[in-house]
Amino acid sequence: MSHADTMGGHAGLMEKPTFSVPAKKMAMWLFIIADTATFAGCLVAYGFIRNATPAWPRPFHSIANVALMTFILVTSSLTMLIGVRAARTGDKSRALRWTFITAAAGILFALLHIREWLALINEGMTLFQNPWGTGLFGAAFFSITGLHLTHVTGGVIALIVVGIRYKGGRYNADDLEILGLYWHFVDMVWMFVVPLVYLLNLSH
Amino acid sequence: MATAEEHKSSGIGKDVVVYLCILALAGLQFVIAYQSIDGSQMFVRMLIVAVLEAGLALLFFMHLSENRGLLWFVVIFTGFVLLAMQYGWTDSFRMSGGVPWAK
Repeated sequence: MSHADTMGGHAGLMEKPTFSVPAKKMAMWLFIIADTATFAGCLVAYGFIRNATPAWPRPFHSIANVALMTFILVTSSLTMLIGVRAARTGDKSRALRWTFITAAAGILFALLHIREWLALINEGMTLFQNPWGTGLFGAAFFSITGLHLTHVTGGVIALIVVGIRYKGGRYNADDLEILGLYWHFVDMVWMFVVPLVYLLNLSH
Repeated sequence: MATAEEHKSSGIGKDVVVYLCILALAGLQFVIAYQSIDGSQMFVRMLIVAVLEAGLALLFFMHLSENRGLLWFVVIFTGFVLLAMQYGWTDSFRMSGGVPWAK
């Protein structure tokens, strides 16, 4: 008698999960797809506005800060991977150490971002006006980078909370891996924000 | 048979290679920003590089290369949503040209 026969009417309950992915991980993937649409909506709307506005402001003189922020965020993806791999091999202290290093990189990124915002605000840029041209620039810049910064901040909080609970035994390597997916997504979004919002608006 | 430690180190080795590739591509975007080309060309080149970076991150950092079914689901579903958003571009070009109603 086959296994399916013995299960009778409950055979459906024993089916493999969708794409062989655990439910929690699948939920994160669905969130990532939805969030991709959110960011894409913002970036496409920004593209429409920028394309339709003559003499779009180009206020960025230096790439040093944004280059450093990019380096930190991409590196934090690597540290997250190292943490997850350590968790998979059962090395709890190493996993925890790299998870907190990732969180620290996220905090550093956020601080650099805030410093940059403050510099722009000091130059007279607000949500609705700036000294360089159309006020739409400030709205687009602060909305897109603000949405990304919110994701980074949320990610840092999640890294700390999940890290602490992983240490206490409430969460396991799977939970760290799922959080890692989110962190890599935040990194991936930045790869599109940098060229569209910063590099295309460099003053040459 | 490879030990868990060997698996771990070889996995990290691959991660570091992918990380370096992504960093190099990110650097390439900064180089493109200083090229003497027009805005639309610059936009296209930067977007291609960004898609390559995102592809590497998706395939190797997020391990989609290990699950073909999920990979196709994510690519088709997200691709459809992103392409649907491109519907309004003609309007933005019309606004930029001010044709015909703005004249």
